Amino acid sequence: MAAKKAKEKKMPLFDRIIKPQHITLPNGHSVDRPRSRTPLILLCLVAVVAVSIYATGFSISTIIKRADQLPVIFGQILTPNWSFIGARVMPPLLETIQMSIVGTVAGCLIALPLSILSSANINRNRPTLLFFRLILSIIRSIPTLVYASILALIFALGAFAGTVAIMFFTLGIAAKMLYESIETIDMGPYEAMQSFGANTLQSFWAACWPQILPVYLDTCLYCFELNVRASAILGYVGAGGVGVLISDRTGLRKYHDVGAIVVTLFVVVFVIDLINDYLREKLKKRQ
Amino acid sequence: MEAVMNEHEEMKKTERTANGDVAGDILSRLESRVRVLEKLMSEPKMLWMRLLIFGIIAVIVYWGSSAITYNGITDRGSGIAVNVFKNLLNPDRELLFNLTRDGVPFLVLETIGIAVLGTVFGAILAIPISFLSATNIVPKGIAYLFRAIVLFIRTIPSLMWALIWIRVTGPGAFCGVTTQSICSIGMISKMYIMAIENLDTGILESLDACGCNTFEKIRVGIIPQLSASFISTAIYRFDINLKDATVLGIVGAGGIGSPLMQSISSFKYQRVAAFLWALVLLVVIIEWISTQIRARLAHGRS
Repeated sequence: MAAKKAKEKKMPLFDRIIKPQHITLPNGHSVDRPRSRTPLILLCLVAVVAVSIYATGFSISTIIKRADQLPVIFGQILTPNWSFIGARVMPPLLETIQMSIVGTVAGCLIALPLSILSSANINRNRPTLLFFRLILSIIRSIPTLVYASILALIFALGAFAGTVAIMFFTLGIAAKMLYESIETIDMGPYEAMQSFGANTLQSFWAACWPQILPVYLDTCLYCFELNVRASAILGYVGAGGVGVLISDRTGLRKYHDVGAIVVTLFVVVFVIDLINDYLREKLKKRQ
Repeated sequence: MEAVMNEHEEMKKTERTANGDVAGDILSRLESRVRVLEKLMSEPKMLWMRLLIFGIIAVIVYWGSSAITYNGITDRGSGIAVNVFKNLLNPDRELLFNLTRDGVPFLVLETIGIAVLGTVFGAILAIPISFLSATNIVPKGIAYLFRAIVLFIRTIPSLMWALIWIRVTGPGAFCGVTTQSICSIGMISKMYIMAIENLDTGILESLDACGCNTFEKIRVGIIPQLSASFISTAIYRFDINLKDATVLGIVGAGGIGSPLMQSISSFKYQRVAAFLWALVLLVVIIEWISTQIRARLAHGRS
């Protein structure tokens, strides 16, 4: 009786409320098959969706009724004003790329010590570990645009504010990706170095750094890719780059020009992706 | 290196005269040291290569920094910075606990709603698209056509989509939902395609051998293989959508973003603080929950 009670206690709440199916096998043994959780999860999902539809005022009928409005701007973006590219798009686009480069490099440089301090296998001090992780998740949770708009007020409108915003954004993402991969490295060499009498820094440099370096460079490249895409938006709050032009042209309702910007941006992002893929292949070979 | 080599030679000489046992022991130790050193010396010399790469990076960064000039802090800049930080500890309490449509709780709910609906619709729309772009299901031509469509959807920035949709839906959270549904398709179908192309078709063959019909094959052979990664992708995208939902507010697509931006540009720091606290808490909590769920999906039920 006591054993049965103990077994029931171990069962999850769900199985205690909805009893598992009792199956008696042909050979006389019996097994309990827990009921499927899927209906409960679906029910929760439906409830969440219903609340969301109420909160956002979503209605399918509006979409169907006003669907003829969809191609209006879309069509204009799809027929870009090609002459706009050479004349006006290139200089701010270059500025966007420059902002991304400097922001990425600065962010990744600051991310490195922070990520080492927030990886559980190197920083053994639990309170400081949690402290650094908390700071990183706060940095990550604030959108880039909010950084940019506050920084644009502090440093005046322009590329500098955008670069610092990109730096914060990179810092948050890169540090998280890095500490997650630092935690998976092989600590055997580190312990071996320690047993030889090397101090913490020496053993980190010789045993951990070679393992971290390829991952670090890979993360930097990935962040650069993200940043080029993201920094196109920063101009909306006046933080420099091609986004200023986008918000300017949409304000004037010149959607053919916006189309030209989007096409150029697409080509640039594609080329950067290609270069990054090539470099990443190289990194993989070295690993 | 040389010193060790010399020591080695010396040892070899003394070996003949000294007590055999001890000398042999020292000798074997020295030999292992020589082996380690030889291995170290035989590693390819990467110094020049490293210097070259470092130089290239330095040149690129130098070129990049030429566009970015530090013009100092604006007249009001330092005051703004101090005010933002000072008021972080003193958020607008009335706004934080105001239960009307302008209060923080409703705006948070609206933001979550945009992200939930955007993810659900995006995930549903992505299923047919990704099956049609998987090379192991449809002919290559059709697959590449649909992949091009997905690439095109990804290229148009989310703010552009918001502008396109705003004509249909009018400003507000509704616009945010439609925008995020379209934007989510890009990333979600990319991950879905990967999952579909990794399908283990051996299972389908063995189900064939058991005499299953097409529906049974899909139910038992395909859905269990895909469901975990599909759900995991959708939850991951929900995380991203929640952050993006705040950005969409800037073009009037609802959520917590637009009042936040308005209060930043009108220097209402207490309101800024209230919104930022809500935002940070929301994102941190949702990220934690989604990591837990995805970890369980990856390792099976605990």
